[in-house]
Amino acid sequence: AAAMAMNADLRRERAAATFQPELLTHILDGGAERTRRRKEIEALVVNDPDFQHEDLNFLSRSQRYEQAIRKSSLMVMKLREYGIADPDEIYWFKSFVHRGRPEPLDLHLGMFLPTLLTQATPEQQDRFFMPAWNLEIIGTYAQTEMGHGTHLRGLETTATYDPATQEFILNSPTVTSIKWWPGGLGKTSNHAIVLAQLYTQGQCKGLHAFIVPIRQLGTHEPLPGITVGDIGPKFGYDEMDNGYLKMDNFRIPRENMLMKYAQVEPDGTYVKPLSDKLTYGTMVFIRSLIVGDSARSLSRACTIAIRYSAVRHQSELKPGEPEPQILDYQTQQYKLFPLLATAYAFHFVGAYIKDTYRRISGDINEGDLSELPELHALTAGLKAFTSWTANAGIEECRMACGGHGYSRCSGIPDIYVTFTPSCTYEGENTVMMLQTARFLVKSYTQVSSGQRVTGTVSYLNDLSRQRIQPQHVAARTVTVRINDPASLVEAYKARAARLVEAAAKNLQAELNHRKSKEDAWNRTSVDLVRASEAHCHYVVVKLFTAKLSEIGNAAVRAVMTELCLLYALYGISKNTGDFLQAGILTNAQIIQVNQHVKELLAIIRPNAVALVDAFDFHDVHLGSVLGRYDGNVYENMFEWAKKSPLNKTDVHESFHKHLKPMQAKL
Amino acid sequence: SVNPDLASERQTPSFSVEKLTFRLDGGAEHTRIRRAVVEAIERDPEFSRENQYFQSQNERYEAAVRKAVHLQKQMQEMGWTESGPEFKYIYRALSGDVAFLLHRIFMRSISVLGSDKQIAKWIPLATQFQLIGSYAQTELGHGTYLQGLETTAVFDITTQEFILNTPKISAMKWWPGDMGRSATHTVVFAQLYVHGKCYGVHPFIVQIRSLKDHSLCPGITAGDIGPKMNFEHVDNGYLMLQNVRVPRENMLNKFCEVQPDGTYVRQGSQKINYFTMTTVRISLIADEAIIPLKKACTIAIRYSVVRRQSKLKPGEQEVKILDYQTQQEKLLPPLAAAYAFHFLNDYLQELFDKGYREIQRKNFDTLPELHAFSSGFKAVVTQYCTSAVEICLRACGGHGYSLLSGLPSLYTKILASCIYEGENTILLLQTARFLIKCFMAASAGQPVPPSVTYLAAVKPGKCPAKNKSDFLSPDIYTEAYQHMAVRLTSSTAAKLQDLIQSGVKKHDAWNQCTVQLVQAAKAHCHYITVKNFAETVEKLETKAGIQKIMKHLCDLFALHGIFSNTGVFLHDGYISGAQMDMVTASYLDLLAVIRKDAVPLVDAFDFTDKSLNSALGSYDGQVYQRLYEWAQKSPTNKQMSPAYERYLKPLLHNTLSKL
Repeated sequence: AAAMAMNADLRRERAAATFQPELLTHILDGGAERTRRRKEIEALVVNDPDFQHEDLNFLSRSQRYEQAIRKSSLMVMKLREYGIADPDEIYWFKSFVHRGRPEPLDLHLGMFLPTLLTQATPEQQDRFFMPAWNLEIIGTYAQTEMGHGTHLRGLETTATYDPATQEFILNSPTVTSIKWWPGGLGKTSNHAIVLAQLYTQGQCKGLHAFIVPIRQLGTHEPLPGITVGDIGPKFGYDEMDNGYLKMDNFRIPRENMLMKYAQVEPDGTYVKPLSDKLTYGTMVFIRSLIVGDSARSLSRACTIAIRYSAVRHQSELKPGEPEPQILDYQTQQYKLFPLLATAYAFHFVGAYIKDTYRRISGDINEGDLSELPELHALTAGLKAFTSWTANAGIEECRMACGGHGYSRCSGIPDIYVTFTPSCTYEGENTVMMLQTARFLVKSYTQVSSGQRVTGTVSYLNDLSRQRIQPQHVAARTVTVRINDPASLVEAYKARAARLVEAAAKNLQAELNHRKSKEDAWNRTSVDLVRASEAHCHYVVVKLFTAKLSEIGNAAVRAVMTELCLLYALYGISKNTGDFLQAGILTNAQIIQVNQHVKELLAIIRPNAVALVDAFDFHDVHLGSVLGRYDGNVYENMFEWAKKSPLNKTDVHESFHKHLKPMQAKL
Repeated sequence: SVNPDLASERQTPSFSVEKLTFRLDGGAEHTRIRRAVVEAIERDPEFSRENQYFQSQNERYEAAVRKAVHLQKQMQEMGWTESGPEFKYIYRALSGDVAFLLHRIFMRSISVLGSDKQIAKWIPLATQFQLIGSYAQTELGHGTYLQGLETTAVFDITTQEFILNTPKISAMKWWPGDMGRSATHTVVFAQLYVHGKCYGVHPFIVQIRSLKDHSLCPGITAGDIGPKMNFEHVDNGYLMLQNVRVPRENMLNKFCEVQPDGTYVRQGSQKINYFTMTTVRISLIADEAIIPLKKACTIAIRYSVVRRQSKLKPGEQEVKILDYQTQQEKLLPPLAAAYAFHFLNDYLQELFDKGYREIQRKNFDTLPELHAFSSGFKAVVTQYCTSAVEICLRACGGHGYSLLSGLPSLYTKILASCIYEGENTILLLQTARFLIKCFMAASAGQPVPPSVTYLAAVKPGKCPAKNKSDFLSPDIYTEAYQHMAVRLTSSTAAKLQDLIQSGVKKHDAWNQCTVQLVQAAKAHCHYITVKNFAETVEKLETKAGIQKIMKHLCDLFALHGIFSNTGVFLHDGYISGAQMDMVTASYLDLLAVIRKDAVPLVDAFDFTDKSLNSALGSYDGQVYQRLYEWAQKSPTNKQMSPAYERYLKPLLHNTLSKL
């Protein structure tokens, strides 16, 4: 198959591009040198026979788990062999090995080890870190319970201190308190960091983390008092043994509580931690990863759908002419190009948050936490905004591939099921949006009381000025120039301001005739979520626009400017009500916006394939017959299907078991 | 025992749940029959779906074949016939998890497209399962656009046979159900060639597997197309034909025939073909879209009153998540839509029964309208239901992602309905073509079909609502929908005219307007749905609180549609900004009202626990216990994985510390 010539349609598309995709790839990677290194690491994995295996689509869940474990063990060894230690490089290596899928050691590497580093005392690090580093200890992070997820304070697992033996007694007092979902817990891990309500001297001190051995070293059998297993099949995540854990009077030594911050002394005296804001840092980091992941997952789906749409010919546009590429249909462009623009937008947003986190985590170590609340609020909202959008976008891409998108050979079903849980984990999206809203309302209240706010919400300062000049918003109507990204940023800013203000005022109105703050908040929450969405939308448009001036190459800048305009204008056309109602745009302007969106589709059309090529996904990583770089779709679909388990024998056993006897009987 | 949180929801419904169930079924007698069928099927262990979530593709396929075979026996025993009142409930009771559905399409196509002689030959064989049929239309390279099919059937006058071929890879038949492993025969759609001339796509009966040992016939390459997002129980197949010869009599020839000397004769009307497609689209709306949505609503809403999370007031118990406005915003509009589409489906069925009677009298006048209806509503309803099922899935937090919730399989199955029997965007464009045509006709004063007469009655003006309660008047919101649908159709028609007058070729102009055309078609369907819901409510009995609660749902459905599409209503100022705030306020008030009856409203759908097959959605609400019990049945907990001995053990036992 490798020797096949490139499909003629794709060759033509690539020849017609107005820019060099490599240059854009460098921008996405953060420099030519990083692209080179990424590809070098990619080659290490792709050319390594140890990492080859049968197409995962044909394996059972148990086989997929087994493959993942096999590859993970190899991966850990090879990372050390090659001396790869930079976090980004480890991330690349890992995602090539597992082709963007989860794996059973994710929680060990991503949560267990880092938590030991940040929350264990030096003595605990001596005891646990090296064994865990060498994988004698494999750990997971057991937080979520059957009855509670995002609302952490509701967790029910208890850890009661017994001063007589200097031990904690861990219990799962109810069915709902069973730990449920942690990755790697079902079959892989022999230790878990368990979050439990700490009781000492008869008082509950809230949630704390404990290192709990769960399986016997050597035999891997569950320890007495521990019930552990796999939670069963899920929507995707086949290679992950998400597990359950029930503890019955399970005792661990006092020294197994992670005590770098809070402590329980031998007599049971509780010592409080100095600050509780520190946990924000990790959450910001992980949520920022999800923003990047939204961009990558959507990029993969766009790559598949756009290449396939250039290869697929169907129906007729002009009587008597050959069937056109489906990418030439306006409805197909309208489905795919806004998503392509969104994928680029989210790449830049992901990079921005990552950089910002890196910058201020220095400040955090210096003890300066001043920027943290805003960043925390922003990442919560952007995590929700980008994962919701990408989730819907991936489905749209699949649907745009017609029937074949539904086959697992398209690769999109797999991208979808792997990605979609990110709308829920690390903070359920609606709850995240409401956290952002809390920050927005707080900022609005500060502005109303005459204070000035800074950062991404500084546009709220303008609201107080508008109150002095009531014509301000209306006067601005005519100044929106729909061909100018900077001007569109202003339009989005005005929309966000209007919706934040409306939500804050509605909240105030509810508060005026209701006693309970929480009831009022609940009765305004639909408005609050809308305000947060508008705020996040504004931030994305703003960051995308800001990126344009950093692009040196004129041809690349031109095509990115078109995408940025499409992103901004499409967003307006999908939310015309907000812009009309606030008087930011007139009816006539909305008609122009809709018209311009369609013009941009035609302008972007010649560069569509080059724009997805620039994402630079290796075929092995893309895992899609429809999205192959060489475009030889149909031949390879047939090759792929022949490997299906139902085709192992020419006559399926059910013929002899069921069909034949029936025919004899009837 | 029923979880008290769920029991309390059922204590004071504002309406009679049982009476509503009767109404949904079309009368108490229908409810009785349905329940009897469901009961008979569910008590039979052969039909159990208990292990469904743990089975491989191979096991699912085998189970589906086994069930289909068993069903034949069961039907004989129960005295159920294909024309009896029980038949339509069987599929529902099996949740579609059964083989040989394409066998029925095979039979239907012969009945519709075959001559009396062909019917007499093939139908008895199929009925007796002496052969198993499939229906091979879609190819690798072509789906909804049938004229593009590439399989060929060349008439050989010397042997009086057709020679069927797959001339290139993209011409391979791809996707037909029951064809990968089961079928012995299939109806192949191919381009007919006689004396070198192409006559377009025609159907041919082709045997593909031996009736003795099921091996593939000479010249046939066939197999399974591999794993999909769902439908693991169906062996969707591929088929390649190399010089496969079938006798002249195997071309289905009720409408078109090739005579022995090669003369091609067309007879009768082919329009009836369209009607078959049309009826299939209508019948799938109920089974494949509305029922899954009702199930998803039942699961998500029951779970949302069992699940408590976080506190609204300090010191109080944690709150049922359905008490959060944002959760109501997710689940109650889909619930209202499930009812809206249920009544819409009743309306469509009636329309089609009437149409069918006309067509039997050889009156084809209503066909264009029925075709536009079936295309548009198939697209709009499947699209909406698919999104709504996904919303339900994600509204169940992490547990929604467990297969044991039942939601992932509902979702992956329903989403195929957006593609099969016509890709939705293409269907909406067909409806749009009808709308534009009717709009032009109406503007020129010509008569148009009843469903689109409103296009002629363009009334400029503004929405008369003065306060938020005015928006609870069906006249007010139906009018708003109508206004919006007319505006979108007329402005698109005008744009199309402008482009053509400015010299753009007709087809280019059409392509440049397709985004707007799709919007207009959706608006039309949305309007009809709202109007029909409002009219249905008016006719409902006022007793037992049913009309009142249905009126709330109708209001919610309508206002949610405005709330989610504010732009199109604000655009020409028909609804003002101030009125839009009233719509929002009214809409949010309704959420709280319907919240109280949410559980009775899903109870009225009357799904058994077995048919929901969900750890989260069962009637007794014992969610967590069930989740824990079911998880333990997973093979991952019963079978020892080789992964430990092979990989984990060496890993844990220090093989790495050498590094």
